[in-house]
This record gives sequence, structure tokens and C-alpha cells, in this order.
Amino acid sequence: MTGGIKTTSGNRGLQQEEELIFELAQPGVSGVDLPGTKGGPSCLGGLERTRPIGLPGLSEPEAVRHYVRLSQKNYSIDTGLYPLGSCTMKHNPRLNEKMVRLPGFADVHPLQPVETVQGALELIDVCAHWLKKLTGMTAVAMSPRAGAHGELCGLMTIRAAHKARGHKRKYVLVPDSAHGTNPASAAACSYEVKTIPSKKDGRVDLGALRGALDEDCAALMLTNPNTCGLFERDVLDIAEAVHDAGAYFYCDGANFNALVGKVRPGDLGVDAMHINLHKTFSTPHGGGGPGSGPVVLSEALASFAPLPFVVTKPQGGFDLVETAEQGTQALGRLGAFHGQMGMFVRAVAYMMSHGADGLRQVAEDAVLSANYIRARLEDVMSVSFEGPCMHEVLFDDRFLQGSGVSTLDFAKALIDEGYHPMTVYFPLVVHGAMLVEPTESESKHSLDRFIETMRALARAAREEGAAARFAAAPQWTPRRRLDETRAARQPVLRWQPDSASAEAAE
Amino acid sequence: MRYLPLTEPDRRTMLEAVGVSSVDDLFTDVPKTARLESLIDLPCAQGEWQVERALTAMAAKSMSAGSAPFFVGGGAYRHHIPASVDHLIQRSEFLTSYTPYQPEVSQGTLQALFEFQTQVAMLTGMDVANASMYDGSTACAEAVAMARRVTKRPGAVLSGGLHPQYTHVTVTLSDYAGFKIKRAPASPDGVEALEDLIDDQTACVVVQYPDFYGSITDLGALAEAVHAQGALLIVVVTEIVALGLIRAPGDMGADIVVGEGQSLGVGLNFGGPYLGLFATRQKYVRQMPGRLCGQTVDADGRRGFVLTLSTREQHIRREKATSNICTNAGLCCLAWTIHLTLLGESGLRKLARLCHERAVELAEALSALDVIDVVTPTFFNEFTLRLSRPASQIVSELAGRGVLGGLAVPRLLPGEAELENLLIVAATETNTDEDVAALVTAMKEVV
Repeated sequence: MTGGIKTTSGNRGLQQEEELIFELAQPGVSGVDLPGTKGGPSCLGGLERTRPIGLPGLSEPEAVRHYVRLSQKNYSIDTGLYPLGSCTMKHNPRLNEKMVRLPGFADVHPLQPVETVQGALELIDVCAHWLKKLTGMTAVAMSPRAGAHGELCGLMTIRAAHKARGHKRKYVLVPDSAHGTNPASAAACSYEVKTIPSKKDGRVDLGALRGALDEDCAALMLTNPNTCGLFERDVLDIAEAVHDAGAYFYCDGANFNALVGKVRPGDLGVDAMHINLHKTFSTPHGGGGPGSGPVVLSEALASFAPLPFVVTKPQGGFDLVETAEQGTQALGRLGAFHGQMGMFVRAVAYMMSHGADGLRQVAEDAVLSANYIRARLEDVMSVSFEGPCMHEVLFDDRFLQGSGVSTLDFAKALIDEGYHPMTVYFPLVVHGAMLVEPTESESKHSLDRFIETMRALARAAREEGAAARFAAAPQWTPRRRLDETRAARQPVLRWQPDSASAEAAE
Repeated sequence: MRYLPLTEPDRRTMLEAVGVSSVDDLFTDVPKTARLESLIDLPCAQGEWQVERALTAMAAKSMSAGSAPFFVGGGAYRHHIPASVDHLIQRSEFLTSYTPYQPEVSQGTLQALFEFQTQVAMLTGMDVANASMYDGSTACAEAVAMARRVTKRPGAVLSGGLHPQYTHVTVTLSDYAGFKIKRAPASPDGVEALEDLIDDQTACVVVQYPDFYGSITDLGALAEAVHAQGALLIVVVTEIVALGLIRAPGDMGADIVVGEGQSLGVGLNFGGPYLGLFATRQKYVRQMPGRLCGQTVDADGRRGFVLTLSTREQHIRREKATSNICTNAGLCCLAWTIHLTLLGESGLRKLARLCHERAVELAEALSALDVIDVVTPTFFNEFTLRLSRPASQIVSELAGRGVLGGLAVPRLLPGEAELENLLIVAATETNTDEDVAALVTAMKEVV
């Protein structure tokens, strides 16, 4: 046992142990007071439940304490710098949270009569306008729920466009540095995936790309800036080569934070790009979601966008096109209702707050901060690619060679220093990757403290006995390293009454 | 700008440390022709108050559900959400954390997910549930794709009682994935012969429970027929509160249960973000889409939680993954699990009973008007009426009288003469006696 003094309760000061709701609850308890039922007739066709479900209930004080205690076991952006590469963990303004709770946005049903939801439709229209302007694109499909859903939407749009031209194309080109969602989305759209290798400078090999392009290629999926944190310098030649082959250029917009207000993807020859509102436009990550992934589309693809659309009426006001009309090319529907309204409100509040000038400053500060980290760490860590990076900087594990300390150990040691680790082992194109994205939300003071910590850890990793020390990290967290192999080999995916009593007996 | 901490002197010092003279020197990899020299044609930065004023004015142009007698359902329901739910999900450590890939600093999210998965499995009567999908409609399409993986067959049969937009989503995604869909015709009275559409190429049959029109049907016989053909039964639940009162799909032979979790904790939000629920049998767990949280131990032998079985997922398996999903509905799961924990079993049963009683009263009051028939013989909190003229007009005229009176079926299924006059009406615990009276009065005036 590590962590110093052992306590009777298992708690350690502010670190509170917390049982599962199933272990805390007592039968019949509810934290919600409801009026009495009248015992009137029922129309359930004899399908009433006859057996108990087993659901636990807690009173309000118990429930509040349970979830507050759980929350205290999480790291968050509000706690500290969260340098997860390609995740854009920026500040989440609380004005956004206030605006999304306005009854005219939050307490509106998606199937209310259109004349009663004009404000909500206007909000979607405003969000779409900003996204189109910022990207220099013709249209935007607002319904995708997240980045991967946006990728699928973009590829389906591309497939629909090829089909309309009478083309049957078989595969999508994806660089080896791409996010896993790219090939997975291509597969979900019945495309084969062909991988394009990166060059030594971390960018797509234009020669290899040209060699791979033929009349069976439907699209290239390219992340730009790519996941090595580098801008694809040859992007205009890449776009031209793709278009010359009759294919489309899909851009993964996960890293749009580096470009917003400075570069418009429409000027780079992009045909479709999803925008993660939960990255660039500050909607909260929420411990894994929800997100939102609107897809901006070029002129060539605009008419294939899926339902629904918000349209302006000639006499003023907004209308909603929800069902397929004769003669339109809309590819179908990707989700019920009209998209992630709650994320649109937050993104609009964020975009309006920054304005065109502030958003440009976002990209500049994000890129400057990443380069500052690169410049101040390059003598003690190994930067994977020379030259300036964009909004994230990629290190590999060469600086740990011979130390016995792995990238994972280094990341876990960073946890003990009070930081969430950077993205590790991604992208796959370098060994033991550590991808650091500070975002524009950090003060110089905060960046300096992080840099000093990283420098100290890099030095410590080369000291004698470092391997054992780093392998034992983290020590100061609610739980130390967890046995992931056991979790996968003997999956326990839910609480069971018997397993709990068996454990208590241990 | 209030969200940007760097000062001009900071920026100068940092540029110096980097060894460049201006920030534009960091953008030199961008082709010159694509570098914007000036600002994009959009408004400039605004203070908090200005933004708040503009958005408040915009929001005021909508009629909120709480401001009117409100009876709209059709896949999204207005329930009361306890104040503590919204407070707790705004805790910084839940709101502003990422996917729990680093378990030592994410035990809060992970334990809540483990509890969530257990509650979903219990309520649906299934063995295991995942850590959420985007929403009910995409969960439905993912379930069909999963049935294809399990059975290695290319076809699916969709009930005519499935929500039309769920049908559209499933047909669209299946079409692009090379999957063949058979759709049964619309069935407002809940009667259909799906057995006749099943053959040896059928991977799954998809039914909604209660269905889009409100009907509740015993699925036992259908499950037997589906299983006899070697196919899977997928049950879609869009009003999850119903499962507090009626039998779980898992108890009637469902192989996959997907649902829209919006009714608990999430709110209307004009359609999103919502919460996709996904549960199945233990034997199919490795074919499931999405994240799974599992229990394990830490280096000191203490119980802890991690994301597990990730070899199914895109970040490991890439094009061979079970789904491309990455970001899911995390914070909505949390809201759902908190709301359900506050209700507890006794609260959920009572809530469901209240909703049902309210709907029964409303159906009786409306069917007393002699030009209105209730089409659905059984229902939970939502039922379908046949009116004497087009339902879309009635809905609009009710709205003109300040009553949001339901969903006209032709809004989602236009151009079908026999559906023209159908109106779907939903009731929940939030409807008062006055609301019911207001709808009945307004309906009398317009029918």
C-alpha cells in the first residue's frame, strides 16, 4: 500500500471513497416527491410489470453527496491544464451554459408547429451562417451528432454525388496518421480504405498519393493540420490531384482550432469538412459527449446534404424541410429531429463573444502556445518533426531511450504532478507518441509551470532508479494504475447483487 | 477578449522564445494564397451582456413548452427534471472533462457510467448495456448493423409502428452500408403481420414499444417467430419512462433493446442533444458498438473502473471496428442516471403510473367529443386520434389558441391519405387538470 498513512475509513482527507448507488440505496427510497396516483382504469393491455426491477433510489441529500464525491475523482479543464492533443480542451465559458438554458431554446419540442419555434430556427440559421463564413463553404449539414457522425455524413454526401454522376467508386484514401474514426467511417459507408504513408517530415507523400489515385478512388480524407501538429504544405496540390482524379477532398476538421479566422478550408480546395463544436467552439466535452459535428460542403456537394434544412421564407421567418421532396438530391436522414441544438446555442454564444477578431486571435494564441512549449522543451525531450508546429506539438520517446521509462509511465508521472496527460501513443507514425495541445486558454504563467514540470520529469527520467519510480506512478490519485487486462479478460460490465456480497466477503 | 489570458507582452516574450518575429511566421506552411490578410466578414467581439441580450431576444421568439398546455410527444417528452440534476451535471469535473481514457483521474465519470450501464440493463431487462449512443434513432440504426454482424445476414424488417424518422435514419444508414431493409406499412392500430416478412436472409426485426402511435403489444409471439428463423428481435423504446410500468422488452425475448433516454434528466432541447440507450444479451457483447465501462482493481487491489473491450472500437480496430462512434452522449448519461437514482424504483413506478393515468383521462375526455376516435386500443402515455379533418390544420389552429395539442402524423408521413387525419397526443406528469381542460375546450372549438 502506498500513499502514506492508512486510515480507518479508507478516505484520505478530501479524497473520499464512495460506494455504488446499489450499495448505498435502501428499498422504497425516492428523492422525488410526486402527487398520489388515483388508481383509475388502465389501458395497458395486460402488460403491466409483475416483478420488481431492482433499481436503487436515494434521497436528494444522499444523491447530491454521491455525485459530488464522484465528481471529485475527475480531472477537468477547470481544474488545470489539459494538454490532450487533437482534443482541444479549451475553456468552456459559463455564459454558454446560461444561454442554452433559456426556455426558448431548452424547453422547446422538436415537433412543435414551426410557427412556434421561430427563435430556435433562427439560432440554427445563425450558427450555420457563422460556420459557412468561417470556412468559406457553400452549405452546412447541421444534423451530425459528433465528429465521427460528421465524417460519415461527409462520405455519404460524396457517395451520393458519385452515384448521381453514374460513378461507382470503391475506396477512400486515408493517411497513416489519421484518427481511427476516419477508416471506421469509410467502412460504415461501404468504402474500402487504402492507407497513404507519411513522409519523413510528417506530411502526406504527394507522390504516393498521386500514384494511388485512380478512377476507383472516391475521396481523400485528410486531417489538416494533421495529427502530427503540422500543416499539410502541399494541400493545394493535393486538392488538385484529388479533383483531377474525379474524387472529392474530405477534410477532418478536428484541428480547425489552429486555423479559425486565419485560413478558410474552402480556399484549400476542401469539398467537405466536419467541425467539432466541442473542440473549436468550446461546447463542453462532458466526460465523453455529447458533441456536435456539422459538415460544411462545397458547391459540388451542397445539394446532397441530408435532411433536415432550415430555410428562410420569402415573406420573412424560417421554415423547416423535414421530409424528402420530389426532385431533391438530399441523401436521406442521419438522425431524428434537427441536430444538437444545445451545442448550437453554446457555439453561437462563443462565436458571438469572440467575434471575427477574437476567433483569429484564438488560432494565433493556440499556435503560439504550442510553439512556445515546443521551443522550451526541445532540448530535453524529442520533438518528432523540425520546424514550427500548429496548435499541437508532437514528441516521441527517443528522449526516454535507455531509461526504462515508457511513454505511458511518463504520462502517469505527469498525473502525480497535477496534470492530465497529453495524448499518448497517437498518432501511430512515431514511436511512443506524446501529443501536446495547450489551446489558447492558458496564461503564460500556466504554460511556464507546465513546461517546468515537463522539464523536471524529463530530467528525472534519466536518473538512476527512474524506471521503478515512474512505473509506480500515479501515487496521489483516487486509484492507482488499473488492471485493464483483467477488465477485458473477465468483463464485469454491470453491478450484480451476488457479486457485491461475494466481494464484501473477501 | 475575456477568454484569452495571454497579454501582448506575453505574446512578445513567447515569440522571442520561439525565435520568430511575428505570429504569422508560424503560419508559413499555409500557401500564401490561402492566408487571410483581413478579418472575415462577421461581427467583432462582444461583451457578455451584449451576447446575452441578443440571444435572450432570439429565444423569446419561440413558444416554450412550459408556457402553454403542452401535449406533444412523438419521440421526445416533457417531464419534470429535479433541480439537483442540472446542478450536478454542471459540476466542473463532470462538465469539462474528456472521455475517461486515463482512468486514474476519471473514476468519477467511470463509476457513474458503470452505474448507468447497470440501470439501463435492469430497466430494459437485458444483461448488459453500453455507455451510450448519440440518440435513439442512431442507436436503432446501429442495432440493425450489429444484428448483421451477429447473424451474417443482409436483411432487416422494420415495423410500421417504428417512429418515421427512426425508420428514415435506419434506411439511410443501411442503404449506405449495403444492407437491405423491408418496411411494413404504417400501422396506427398496432396490428401488423411482421412474421410474413421474415425469411432466411433476415438478420433482425425492429419494433417499437410502445410504438410510434402509442400502442403496446405483447412481443412474446413475435420473438418466437423471429428466433425460429434465426433472426434477432430489436426493440426500440422512445419513452423510457414507460418501462417503469410495463414489462421489459428483455422479458419478452428481445435480443437488442435500444432507446431514447431523453425523458429522464435530459429535457426537450429542440431535439438534441439526446441520449441513445443500447442493451443486449451477454453473448453478443463483443459485437456491440460504442464504449463499455468495466470493473477491475488497481495496483493496490482496490475496486476501480476502466473503459474496456476497446478492441471493438475505432481507435484500435480502425476500419474493422464495430462502429465509427467516438464521442457519445456522456453528460446526458450522467443526467439520466442521476434522475433515475433520485426517482428510484418506487419513484419511477409512480411517475409512470401518473403519466398513464393522465393519458387515460385525456383520451376519455377527447373521445367524448363525437367527431374524435381513439385509434390505439392500448397505450402508455401517448395515443392516436382520428379527427374529422386534416390533423396538421387542427394542430395549427390549436397553436393559434395557445395550446400545443399534439403531433399531426402527416408532418412526418406526408402524402398518405389514410394518415391525413391522425393526431398523436402525449401526456405526462407535468400536465395539470387545467391543461387537460384547455385542450378539450380548444379541441371542441376547432374540430
